[in-house]
Amino acid sequence: MPKLTIDGREVEVEAGTTILQAADYLGIEIPRFCYHERLAISGNCRMCLVEVEKAPKPVASCAMPVADGMVVHTDTPMVLKARKGVLEFLLINHPLDCPICDQGGECDLQDEVMAYGADRGRFAENKRAVKDKDYGPLVKPTMTRCIHCTRCIRFITDVAGVPELGGTGRGENLEVGTYVQKVLSSELSGNIIDLCPVGALTSKPYSFAARPWELKKTESIDVFDAVGSNIRVDARANQVMRVVPRTNDDVNEEWLGDKSRFAVDGLMRQRLDRPYVRRNGKLEPATWPEAFSAIAARLKGAAGVKLAAIAGDQADAEAMVALKDLFTRLGSPSLDCRQDGAKLSGPRVSYLFNSTIAGIDAADALMLIGTNPRLEAPVINARIRKRWMAGGFSVGVVGPKTNLTYKHEHLGEGASVLSAIADGSHPFAAKLKAAKRPMLIIGQGALARVDGDILLGLARKIAEATGMHSAEWNGFNVLHTAAARVGGLDLGFLPAGGGRDVEGILAGAEKGEVEVVYLLGADEIDMQRLGKAFVIYQGHHGDAGAHRADVILPGAAYTEKSGTYVSTEGRVQRTQLAVFPPGEAKEDWKILRALSEVLGKALPYDTLAEVRARLADVNPVFAAVDRIEPAAWASFGADGVPAADPLASPIDNYYMTDPISRASKTMAECTATFVGCAHKRTGTNG
Amino acid sequence: MSSSTTDTTVQPESFAFTAENLAKAQAVIAKYPQGRQRSAVMPLLDIAQRQEGWVSLAAMNYVAEMLDLAPIKVYEVATFYTMFQLKPVGKYHLQVCTNLPCMLRGSEEIVETCRKELGVGLGQTTADGLFTLSEVECLGACVNAPVMWIGDDYYEDLDVESAKQIILALKRGETPKPGSQTGRQGSCPVGGPTTLTSLQSSLPGGDA
Repeated sequence: MPKLTIDGREVEVEAGTTILQAADYLGIEIPRFCYHERLAISGNCRMCLVEVEKAPKPVASCAMPVADGMVVHTDTPMVLKARKGVLEFLLINHPLDCPICDQGGECDLQDEVMAYGADRGRFAENKRAVKDKDYGPLVKPTMTRCIHCTRCIRFITDVAGVPELGGTGRGENLEVGTYVQKVLSSELSGNIIDLCPVGALTSKPYSFAARPWELKKTESIDVFDAVGSNIRVDARANQVMRVVPRTNDDVNEEWLGDKSRFAVDGLMRQRLDRPYVRRNGKLEPATWPEAFSAIAARLKGAAGVKLAAIAGDQADAEAMVALKDLFTRLGSPSLDCRQDGAKLSGPRVSYLFNSTIAGIDAADALMLIGTNPRLEAPVINARIRKRWMAGGFSVGVVGPKTNLTYKHEHLGEGASVLSAIADGSHPFAAKLKAAKRPMLIIGQGALARVDGDILLGLARKIAEATGMHSAEWNGFNVLHTAAARVGGLDLGFLPAGGGRDVEGILAGAEKGEVEVVYLLGADEIDMQRLGKAFVIYQGHHGDAGAHRADVILPGAAYTEKSGTYVSTEGRVQRTQLAVFPPGEAKEDWKILRALSEVLGKALPYDTLAEVRARLADVNPVFAAVDRIEPAAWASFGADGVPAADPLASPIDNYYMTDPISRASKTMAECTATFVGCAHKRTGTNG
Repeated sequence: MSSSTTDTTVQPESFAFTAENLAKAQAVIAKYPQGRQRSAVMPLLDIAQRQEGWVSLAAMNYVAEMLDLAPIKVYEVATFYTMFQLKPVGKYHLQVCTNLPCMLRGSEEIVETCRKELGVGLGQTTADGLFTLSEVECLGACVNAPVMWIGDDYYEDLDVESAKQIILALKRGETPKPGSQTGRQGSCPVGGPTTLTSLQSSLPGGDA
């Protein structure tokens, strides 16, 4: 390995490392605009110039591989002069509009100017101005500020896989843009806002809303999909102003899907901020004691078998375990956390993304079954694309024909292909078999079907037949779409002996066999089918469930509580309280604890720590926060012949999948822009 | 020059190579190894420009599809090179070099002559659609300055009279003789050769 000296410090690094990377490793700061550790190297901003002994002129350290015996200086007068010169050139056309620029306060250019900027400009000619472009409802381009680092181009082209941005024109007329008028059609487009080192690309919904130094930053977890992306919630006063990704190489690297980033304006709309009780067919505001006593009155004397509870897609594990404990005490076996009816209830290995998200990097063949990861988990889709870009990765798809941003073989739409792959008669089976680390991803589009357990069994057979699991590799993956799902399955929020599942609960309610239904943030079921049942809705948004409810208990959204969520790969992570729940809304497990007292079935925990101890009791995985416990292989799924209907993805409209995103104005604009008018129009807009 | 298409240029609905040009394009593509077809983007754009007279958006999209490229990659190339005309130009595109050597040799007068003869300014097209007058950067023929570029030919050693004659000839539908307008061959010295005109046997170092 080459050894080099940087500022008098010797370091030995891998061959192929650049000088800038070696300096980063030593903690020596080199300014940069175009270099980004997750993007291809372009070397066009020239800010990272350093002096290399025996080199005739300053060297762009981001693009120069180290060599043995190299002697590098990053702090000589020559380096300083070179960087000052580069910065002066960059500032020639950069407007001095920091006071009205949203990047102000978190701008790389601003920071570097503090270090290398001159106190006055020598450029007396006219500055260049660029016509504003329209990138859709999420990204606000102010291209006059662009310094042409091309980070956004490289991200959109390489990571997001929708090559729509480019640099057109030349010299002073170079413009970064789409050339023809079009909106950025990527579910990851928001990331170019973070990548932009200046204020050329800023967030449209967040524009002129806050300054970075006014924000209280809380590290948390995203719940809009089941990836468990690490996020930072930036709040001012009691309002979430924005959400940005945090780096976690094992989960989201440093990317975030657009829904997770931009749907947070939904947290300020349609909120349930006080309890409601339905009187004479009309929901009326009530106090907590009134709401609880209405529930107690209805439950009094009701047999346990006539009670049922459904947990929604964004419920935290604490609330689910409290609800489960309460209903067990009430004698109800009818619990379900699978609103979509997914046929998952077997051993842990049967419902996890076992290879882990980081494991995708090591795989060498992939089969997707009934899933469109681009809509269900854009960050995972980017990871798959990253693996595909590295080469030697064949992808087969059974399900709808979609643009996945990487080349794939479409094997068929129906489940019959699966049987052929399982028995080895399909040519793709040979590809999987030949691969060292083959993997498959089965989605809720397959599992939520009536024959979901047969498809799950087929997937297991494929995994077994093609050698997807061994001592060190498990390529059987389930991609969830609901953040709460794995947590619910882990703590057994499932029908107990003789209990009803979601379909059973709905059918029972229709027939009058189920009299009370408790919805814990469950909005994705057909409310019409609840019949005459007494519906208790506990949640944070006035969505489908609240409209149907007889009693509404206002809960907290994910930014308003410390909640435990288990991601699709089985990673236990916790959200943190960034703002307080609005009005009289409370943390969800506390509501259930208080209700249990009123019902005379007091739950045995009074603090969050005690609830979490209970969680760990129910399933030890909850004690291992941010660790992945590999699940042991087992037999699961059912035998049988699957139905012939084509497999579909459960998500048509990426931008609206849950109560928060349905309440979001930004997501409504995205739906109108990207999905068209396929969504349900309601009230004033329809 | 703006690199965005928000201007008023009317873009044709569609574009396709003629059978002859398609064969040419395929011959160009075949020169590059499998999977490296994008190298053919510039020759293909050139063929498109020769067919259409300029490179329309539809033509760029057509080339992109032909080479399995994202359209933006073709836009990038087409907007980078000034030789690709992104707006319709006249049948004769007069491109006068106005860089330093040509300017020292009188390119300003050439531009003025063209203006007068054609009745249009720089960057404009005559009403009959025959002529477009442009100012271009160095054409790399400084030794024969001033230089004007029309179609595939260079017209060199221009003066006011010869520039006028060229335009008049084009108006008549003739093709003026390209190259030096003063009659010198290539870049030979004006007034004939000045070196190696005679044998010198008394050179120091021998009589080679």
